[in-house]
Amino acid sequence: MDIVSIFPAWVLTHGPALLVVLPLMMAVLTALAPNKNIAGVNIPWVMTGGTVVVCAILAFSVLMQVLSHGPINYAMGGWEPPIGIAYYIDALNAPILLLITLVAVLCTLYALPSVSAEVEPKKRAPFYAAFLVSFAGLLGMVTTGDAFNVFVFLEVSSISTYVLVAMGASRDRRALTAAYNYLIMGSIGATFLVIGIGFLYMQTGTLNMIDIARILQESGPDSRVVKLAFAFIVVGLGLKLAMFPLHTWLPGAYAYAPSFMTAFLAATATKAALYLLLRFTFTIFDPSWGFVGKSLMYLLAGMGILGMMVASLQAIFQNDLRRVLAFSSVAQVGYMLLGIGMATTLGVTAGYLHMINHAIMKGALFLAVGAFWYRFGITQVSDMRGLGKTMPLTMAAFTIAGLSLIGVPGTVGFVSKLALARAAAENGWWWAIGVIVVTSILAIVYIGRLIEQAYFHEPPNQGGGTLAKNEAPLIMLIPLWILAISALVFGINAEWTTSLARTAADVLSGGPIVNMPYIAGGH
Amino acid sequence: MIDFLTSFSPAFVLIVAGIIAALTPVYQGRKVLMVGVPALVLVLINTMYLKGGDHGVLGALGGYFSVAGIELTTIRIDRLSIIWGNIFAFAGILNGIFGLHEKCKITDSSALIYTGAGIGAVFAGDLITLFMFWELLALSSVIIVWRGGKDSYPAGMRYLAMHILSGVLLLAGAVIYGRATGSYAFDHIGIDAPGGKLILLAFGIKAGFPLLHNWIQDSYPKSSVTGTVILSVFTTKLAIYALARGFAGTEILIYIGGVMTVFPVFFAVLENDLRKVLSYSLNNQLGFMVAGIGIGSSLALNGVAAHVVVDILFKGLLFMSMGAVLHRVGTVKASELGGLFRTMPLTTLFCLIGAGSISAFPMMGGFISKSMIIAAVFEEHHYVVFGMLLFASAGVLEHSGIKVPYFAFFSHDSGKRPKEAPWNMLVAMGIAAFLCLYLAFPWGGAFMGYKGLYAMLPYAMEGEAAFHPYTADHVVFQMQLLMGAMFAFTLLKRFGLYPPERRAQILDFDWTYRRLGLSILKWIDAMWTRLGAQTKYLLKLLFGRVGKRLYQVFSPAGTLSQDAPSGIAAVFTAGMLAAILLGVYYF
Repeated sequence: MDIVSIFPAWVLTHGPALLVVLPLMMAVLTALAPNKNIAGVNIPWVMTGGTVVVCAILAFSVLMQVLSHGPINYAMGGWEPPIGIAYYIDALNAPILLLITLVAVLCTLYALPSVSAEVEPKKRAPFYAAFLVSFAGLLGMVTTGDAFNVFVFLEVSSISTYVLVAMGASRDRRALTAAYNYLIMGSIGATFLVIGIGFLYMQTGTLNMIDIARILQESGPDSRVVKLAFAFIVVGLGLKLAMFPLHTWLPGAYAYAPSFMTAFLAATATKAALYLLLRFTFTIFDPSWGFVGKSLMYLLAGMGILGMMVASLQAIFQNDLRRVLAFSSVAQVGYMLLGIGMATTLGVTAGYLHMINHAIMKGALFLAVGAFWYRFGITQVSDMRGLGKTMPLTMAAFTIAGLSLIGVPGTVGFVSKLALARAAAENGWWWAIGVIVVTSILAIVYIGRLIEQAYFHEPPNQGGGTLAKNEAPLIMLIPLWILAISALVFGINAEWTTSLARTAADVLSGGPIVNMPYIAGGH
Repeated sequence: MIDFLTSFSPAFVLIVAGIIAALTPVYQGRKVLMVGVPALVLVLINTMYLKGGDHGVLGALGGYFSVAGIELTTIRIDRLSIIWGNIFAFAGILNGIFGLHEKCKITDSSALIYTGAGIGAVFAGDLITLFMFWELLALSSVIIVWRGGKDSYPAGMRYLAMHILSGVLLLAGAVIYGRATGSYAFDHIGIDAPGGKLILLAFGIKAGFPLLHNWIQDSYPKSSVTGTVILSVFTTKLAIYALARGFAGTEILIYIGGVMTVFPVFFAVLENDLRKVLSYSLNNQLGFMVAGIGIGSSLALNGVAAHVVVDILFKGLLFMSMGAVLHRVGTVKASELGGLFRTMPLTTLFCLIGAGSISAFPMMGGFISKSMIIAAVFEEHHYVVFGMLLFASAGVLEHSGIKVPYFAFFSHDSGKRPKEAPWNMLVAMGIAAFLCLYLAFPWGGAFMGYKGLYAMLPYAMEGEAAFHPYTADHVVFQMQLLMGAMFAFTLLKRFGLYPPERRAQILDFDWTYRRLGLSILKWIDAMWTRLGAQTKYLLKLLFGRVGKRLYQVFSPAGTLSQDAPSGIAAVFTAGMLAAILLGVYYF
């Protein structure tokens, strides 16, 4: 049976629009919901949970539709561009939609105890509302086919994320400065992006991505305005996706945001920005143009390599557990950029695959770290002593995800690093293989340090005896273990994820997308 | 059931058992796994082998699956790998029995995974599978090293670094080899193949080639009582398998092997820690195997395979007996032991059997295998290496055959009266000791004693290729060698061990020569130690400085890790934009 046919027709037709509109509307309702539990039910949490689950189903239907029937070009409200806004979904962004929504489902499950512990009760409804706005913004960034709309959704998601990071202040006041830093940097990034889009509009007179690509193809690459636009867009997005050295906002934001938000951000936000970078450089600009191709090779791959090395070294010397993982994220973004910078189908496949796999393992790691805080208030590496005894299940999941980050065979990390090494070998970039190897060894050091603390040291003493076993609650363990097990499952059988990455890379190797019929919505 | 279990690499059975063991809170349950699962795997391996058609001469291939577009063959059981598979699984059982008294969850599960990784790597049909198990082997074994106590953590780190390096070299070599030849199959590679040297180096680290060997003596003696026993089985023997599979007949290996047999002798003679003595002698036995692989004739390779089987048994037996001593006394320093035979008679007996086997006494394990290798070296006219092997055989007797049992169980009475080893250790040692004797048993039908072992070897040994260890020639020659060495030990002991007193000089010209040689070697050793200490100091200084510099730059308070004020970050952004604009405009 065709899996697409199990979804009703209106879901298939309007799925792209619903994906964005539903969480936005639910955000408003959630903001109005009561903060206190009513009859023991946490109303904002239930509303958020329902919304993300529905969105995940929608994203799944959209992905299946794209895989079996090709790209969807949806004209919002029946207004076709250039007047209206189009949503454009193909094999490049559909998997990311599913990724974002699934991570949101898992994180929301986890949020029930975590948010109650970390966010003041009176801010509970606004917190969940802000999360839904941020979630909607991310989905909007990924689905939209309109360049200006990208900027709008980027700001929607960013502004709500600043708020969410700042809400970590009830746990650690430093969240406020981190959020402020993030606000400044994020705004600079968004401004650069909108300036770049403005230049594109100046050159082409349209904001629809497909139209822009077509007009750019007709006019050719030799326009200074186009080059200017390219530079602004790459820097703007580079800031958002934490490309080294524009990553300075990231460690603070990850370290002090509420646990649940850190996990969600780490698994999704940089990924959405990375998708936009792919979309702009490969399908709007043309990688066969000299300046685009060279930027990919020297800038993205170069900065990727630098980031891998420097951020891994920084991770080794951090004392704060979440900062270790945050710097490791910067390094992992480097791997993705390296793959994309090769600009070959194999390279982009590897980068894209690493993006999916990294979301799985980093999500698991941050969820586990949140659980450590929830039970024992752990934020420092040295506090992890004896966690192998006091929280065995959480620590086991953490270990699996950590091994995956190192790239141990049998885990997702190995699959994508191997793919990356093969792509580099095919390109003749032997030095890149060397760098991958060296950074993997650095990863052994920074992850090994954590694992060693947990398993080879006795738990600290408390009140005369050693600390008793105190496992995280089941509702936190379930999402954590789902991620840890998927890190193993997709590490052993990587066919599905690899084929998703492969189809995405095939979209990109086809060059700019210049023509696509519309499906009118909203009649 | 059996069909299902034989459809994938038996390694996974052990690895899954290891994971289950990690989650089993009751230690009796884990112990059942520790003994039962290797036994099950032993059955599985042979079922698969026999199913492979023509008694597995062609070998059973299977367990295919693909990772990132490369087709992997996780099962390849043929006449060569089955021997390693069998002895590895058997060693797993012995280790399980030996460790029955231990109640450590981490050791149990990592020992199972380690065993699984060893078996998986032996049955790997391609280089990528080999690499995966190669790394798993390193990761699971370092945990065993770490359980050894305080000193073991840095040793484990050094161990891990060497093995990860080996894995990385292997992967790099495999990728180069695979791209050049279009196939990742793990068959004969040869040193001249693209990537061949890298792969050889990777194998060499694990096999303890001279100058790459230090991790053995560094980490093994620091592991726990049971840890050393299991460590001594898999890692190095796997490397021997890999060399035999990929580099048989590579000439340089003959000389590397020769050097490997000789140099550990001196260190072993001077060493006080008896488990370290055994680690040196492990290195020395590996030398015999490496030399045999270098020869590459069917006799030599048969000798290597036979020697691996016997070596795992007698070396395991020796480590077990020292483990038992460590368990009961708390030390294995030669200077603090002595006279233990009074209260540990069985352990003494087993240790003596192990010592006799490693020294290759006729009627004991080492004799029937080592003589094959030495004969093969002689047949191929490598007389210098032949001489080195003979010298090393005498040396083995000195340090492992006599020194270990002598200082532990006899010698001057230390006054220590420990209890006999626990029953489970005695059972494990007993089985190993019995096999050491049985496998060298010269009489009986076609499959009795050594003939049974010979029938299993990779190359047929009938008709012209038949090898008879128990000829008058072999036995008399071997006895002369052994008697000479024992005589030397007695004399040296009688006149004060090192250096011999003046009277020893005039006894015989031979002794003058040996004493001179020994003094030179002692001098070299002293210089070497000083040089080593100096290098270590310099390296420490260098790394200390580099580490400090790195720390200054990258630590939380370091220049590169402070929370950059948003102003500076904005300047970065602007700089980045300027750089890109320049690039985009002018290139």
